[in-house]
Amino acid sequence: MSVTTERAERRTVTLNMGPQHPSTHGVLRVVLDLEGETVADAQPVVGYLHRGTEKLAESKAYQQVIPLIDRLDYLACPAYNFAYCLAVEKLLGIEVPPRAQYIRVIMAELARIASHLIWLGSHAMDIGAVTVFLYTFREREITYELLEMAAGVRMHQSYFVVGGVRWDLPEGFIPKLKAFLDILPGKIEEYENLLTKNKIWKLRTVDVGVLSKEDAIAYGATGPMLRGSGLKWDIRKVYPYSGYEQFDFEIPTGEHGDSYDRYLVRMEEMRQSRRIILQALEELPEGPIQALEGKLFFPNPELVRGDEKDMAALIHQFKLVCEGFHAPVGEVYQSIEAPKGELGFYVVGDGGPKPFRLRIRLPSLMNLQTLPVLSRGHKVADMAAIIGTLDIVLGDVDK
Amino acid sequence: MDWLDKAKERLQEALIEEGEFRGEHTWVLGKSSLSDSLVVLKDEFGFNSLVDLCGLDMGEGKSPRFYVVYHLRNMDSKAQIRVKVGLEEGEVLSSSCGLWKGADWMEREVYDMFGIDFEGHPSLARLYLPEDFPGHPLRKDYPTEGYDFEE
Repeated sequence: MSVTTERAERRTVTLNMGPQHPSTHGVLRVVLDLEGETVADAQPVVGYLHRGTEKLAESKAYQQVIPLIDRLDYLACPAYNFAYCLAVEKLLGIEVPPRAQYIRVIMAELARIASHLIWLGSHAMDIGAVTVFLYTFREREITYELLEMAAGVRMHQSYFVVGGVRWDLPEGFIPKLKAFLDILPGKIEEYENLLTKNKIWKLRTVDVGVLSKEDAIAYGATGPMLRGSGLKWDIRKVYPYSGYEQFDFEIPTGEHGDSYDRYLVRMEEMRQSRRIILQALEELPEGPIQALEGKLFFPNPELVRGDEKDMAALIHQFKLVCEGFHAPVGEVYQSIEAPKGELGFYVVGDGGPKPFRLRIRLPSLMNLQTLPVLSRGHKVADMAAIIGTLDIVLGDVDK
Repeated sequence: MDWLDKAKERLQEALIEEGEFRGEHTWVLGKSSLSDSLVVLKDEFGFNSLVDLCGLDMGEGKSPRFYVVYHLRNMDSKAQIRVKVGLEEGEVLSSSCGLWKGADWMEREVYDMFGIDFEGHPSLARLYLPEDFPGHPLRKDYPTEGYDFEE
């Protein structure tokens, strides 16, 4: 072996990928160390979309924080509102009426389906199967129409409020949702026909981006990342919230912890979400949609502006407009199973109307931390497949 | 005797304060023996998962000024505990990257936002903000508006 070839073989090239790169779906930068075509190391550099949500939240009243939370994972806003509202409600020590709980579950599961559809479409497109993207966006459009019907907004719904939901489900929502759930299994089958046994898809995903169960736990990876590695762990089952213990559903798991297993897990999760929504619709209780205790909502307008004014109601209205409701002194941590993994809110209250500290435990950030483990030893071309399988949203990485 | 009493007895010397709020247990542990206490919690009580690690600034003039908050979880028994450790300005905490690999980025974030140093961290650099960013924004004395960049 001549000296020059020896040197050429050992040389490591550092390649900068992003922050503007089509396969990262956002502003993610990855510094790759390459030995030829092989990835020796991949270090993500984050923060290009940092908006200081935690700092901003400290200067806003509890209800005003909700639109900020929407902008974390902008593909599954209801799930994020859900976790925040549950955390503040835990701090306040209030219960949400059953109807609101059910509506929240329906919305959060709809968000899971929407999020997984986008993931599937974009992940397949990264690998080269562009058709799937067109298929999934067709169904994703229906989920957005449904969310828009309920909230009035397509993207950042802010449909959940502390103490319940903003307003009741509109007329025509439930039939449209049922019609969507009727066609969904057939559509999922369509995607599976395109991918599950597709030779190219399997070549690009089987044994690519392997994460062992031990590493998944050590790195704090959650959601389909953890379940794909074989651990049956789902916050909805382990620490049930908002009435999830009443629903009958399965937790799919993988065996090998590779991209293909995570794909199978997410496909099955869409079917399970459909099951949950069907059960919730079946048993949807009647009744109020906002908690009456805690003075979280405006009093009856009749008592404020009508003929028979009530002083207490006036004061209540005035206090809410000027400061917002007060939360007690204390600290709580509440987590939910968001589409991308465990989403947790650690709220510290100081007795005032604003959170003293709001800490957000983001699933995408923690899952992205496993990128070096997933990509070592793979080819550069696999990076797009590996970033795709993480299912990250940069708003959810950078907060 | 359940795990909570056992762990309390085991970590008697390090335990400064304990509390329960809304069914969640919070312990304040001593700073000097923190790494030993975390090893005990992980190895003897099975807290194999570091759910979250974050900073908390109590405000200027408070003692302790900062807390670093660990949310630990035993994924077999589903037990959870919040461990807090108090720090004064300029004090250094030992890194827990050796116990939970996931602590790496979370400690970088605490360093970024609060300026708390972690001893033994493999590469303690800012996580979100650029290297030349002035100050640590999640400190209570960091303004949200009217910041004078000339200063």
